[in-house]
Amino acid sequence: MADAKVIPFDDDRSRARRRPSRAEGEAAAVRALPAPLRAPSRPAGPPEPEEAPEAGDGAPAARPGSGWERRLASGLAFLRRRVTGEYEVDEFGYDEELTDQVLMSLLRPVFEKYFRVEVKGVENIPAEGGALVVANHSGTLPLDGLMMQVAVHDHHPAGRHLRLLAADLVFVLPVVNELARKAGHTLACAEDAERLLRAGEIVGVMPEGFKGIGKPFGERYKLQRFGRGGFVSTALRAGVPIVPCSIVGAEEIYPMIGNARTLARLLGFPYFPLTPTFPWLGPLGMLPLPTKWTIQFGEPIETGDHPPEAAEDPMLMFNLTDQVREQIQHTLYKLLVQRRSVFF
Amino acid sequence: MLVTGAARQLGGRFVRRIQGDPEVDRVVAVDAVEPAHPLGDAVFVRADIRRPAIAKVLAEHEVDTVVHMDVTGTALGGGGRTSVKETNVIGTMQLLGACQKSPRVSRLVVKSSTNVYGSAPRDPAVFTESTAAKSLPSGGFAKDAVEVEGYVRGFARRRPDVAVCVLRFANILGPRADSPLAEYLSLPVLPTVFGYDPRLQFVHEDDVIDVLRLVAHESRRAGLNSGTFNIAGDGVLLLSQCARRLGRPTVPVLLPAVTWVGSALRAVGVTDFAPEQIRLLTHGRVVSTVQMREVLGFTPRYTTAETFADFAHSRGAGLLPPEVLAGAVDRLADRLSVPATPYEAPSAPRVPAPARASSAPPASSNSPASPPFHDGA
Repeated sequence: MADAKVIPFDDDRSRARRRPSRAEGEAAAVRALPAPLRAPSRPAGPPEPEEAPEAGDGAPAARPGSGWERRLASGLAFLRRRVTGEYEVDEFGYDEELTDQVLMSLLRPVFEKYFRVEVKGVENIPAEGGALVVANHSGTLPLDGLMMQVAVHDHHPAGRHLRLLAADLVFVLPVVNELARKAGHTLACAEDAERLLRAGEIVGVMPEGFKGIGKPFGERYKLQRFGRGGFVSTALRAGVPIVPCSIVGAEEIYPMIGNARTLARLLGFPYFPLTPTFPWLGPLGMLPLPTKWTIQFGEPIETGDHPPEAAEDPMLMFNLTDQVREQIQHTLYKLLVQRRSVFF
Repeated sequence: MLVTGAARQLGGRFVRRIQGDPEVDRVVAVDAVEPAHPLGDAVFVRADIRRPAIAKVLAEHEVDTVVHMDVTGTALGGGGRTSVKETNVIGTMQLLGACQKSPRVSRLVVKSSTNVYGSAPRDPAVFTESTAAKSLPSGGFAKDAVEVEGYVRGFARRRPDVAVCVLRFANILGPRADSPLAEYLSLPVLPTVFGYDPRLQFVHEDDVIDVLRLVAHESRRAGLNSGTFNIAGDGVLLLSQCARRLGRPTVPVLLPAVTWVGSALRAVGVTDFAPEQIRLLTHGRVVSTVQMREVLGFTPRYTTAETFADFAHSRGAGLLPPEVLAGAVDRLADRLSVPATPYEAPSAPRVPAPARASSAPPASSNSPASPPFHDGA
């Protein structure tokens, strides 16, 4: 069941896009059904078409309860699918429905209200086909990756989903690994990245890794080494463009003024941050500072014109890696100059 | 044709099924114990493949195809882990030695398992046949399978004239499955590892028989049915999904405590909670089946979800059958929809509540207004 009862709503543009035929069919059905003929006389069996988003916008004024009721009905439908296990995950464990309806809804307030993220140039991500989004990494905890995912999910005109590549530590930790897999993240390795890119997905990678996210506050906005440039050869092999992405604001959420190396080694973490508030204020110190963020997606760098064997050419790899790195660094400086203050 | 492991349920089915194929003159079924099921017209030879006597059987019956299915995780009718390991490893060595000496043998099929990939958080999400496992299985059946495959590769090098086919099966499930995973899924309450939701893949028993038949015969497309292939149904199920579809509640157990729970369950003889089983139920495992489709030309009839549905159907209802839960949600929907629509009362006559129980509430959206979502996470 389940699948047929999904109707595209405001934030489910992705569904509408992925299954265009179904979405169109439903839209037509919605038009055919006049608005007043609603809820109580529900036909049994086939999915009853509820109001489309366009209709929904106008309706609440006239009938205040309907939007709420519709949400309740759809929430219960969702709950029903959940308790019976009738939903789909892909081979990476990505649970699109859960991501769209729960995880993104949880992250959205943080994105919109807390960090007030401004998204620029999201149209640089192609509307279809694979692409590799390469971003800077900062902030002690990988909130920047999650915000980037929300940015693409909520702001891309084609409602694309970003599939992040995460460090292996993520998949070792309980709970974290489960949520990461369900949100569509996978291990940062060439095999997984290439598989996703070839399937036409947008893949997000932060090649600085722990060097970037765990760097001291004094080195903020200075890009670290971009690994061994493995991401470039993966993009080349898959023949997808590289979209550089610069994130401003994440560096200041947990200003890392020290690193308790011994403690980190004991716990098996790559670093143990000491910030002005953590661990001195206990759990309260875990609260990130409410900085104002900007996420800028840059012009895509095409890789299609290189022959496939170019992926084996180390010189070309280094050059391309540097090009991507320079572009991100450049945009970072530009955004920093434009920024009025850290918090506003 | 010689089939080892015929006393097992799957081996027995294969022996019965293969007799009907026109290419097969005679089937010699071998096992160390007398099979409890009928084997049709097959000749049953009670022989232990751990003994050199197996070579005599090969010569006596002029065997040209050997299907080695006696690589398994559990002992048949008692016997500990040591005897299982001996049958798997020593048995394979003896069998391969016998095959090497027998000039008539022209085809060898070995039933292996995707266990050879292990399960670790540092592995790629999807294994292909050429993926090297990051952490090689340290013991148990998985290590046996790795060693068996090693001997089979050695044999293939020494006898290049023999077509060797290794099939790595995902978790075999079906109405009659008796694997450790099937036993685990039959527990009334499923202990799971807290904070992990492994991805699982299943292959149906019927598909196992079909693919074994396919590779046991001469290839219709010359030479393409030798090599190593992953065999699994399409799609992936999470353990949480499996539990919900089975209607069995789960009890998350912290990872350090899992080993104790496992050994406690093993002590009372409920199920075999081997370490590799626990790793599978922690990190999961998914394999690519591109080779199976494109090179071998085999398309399984059952997807992972269909295989699981067939299995779930055979096991009967659990403590929390999905239909009951769905009904509860529907009743809740009815209960809630009554006060929610008073302003519409004059426009249309209300349909009585039970009418909706049969159909799911429609539509879906981001709806923070509705009750607990935490079950999905």
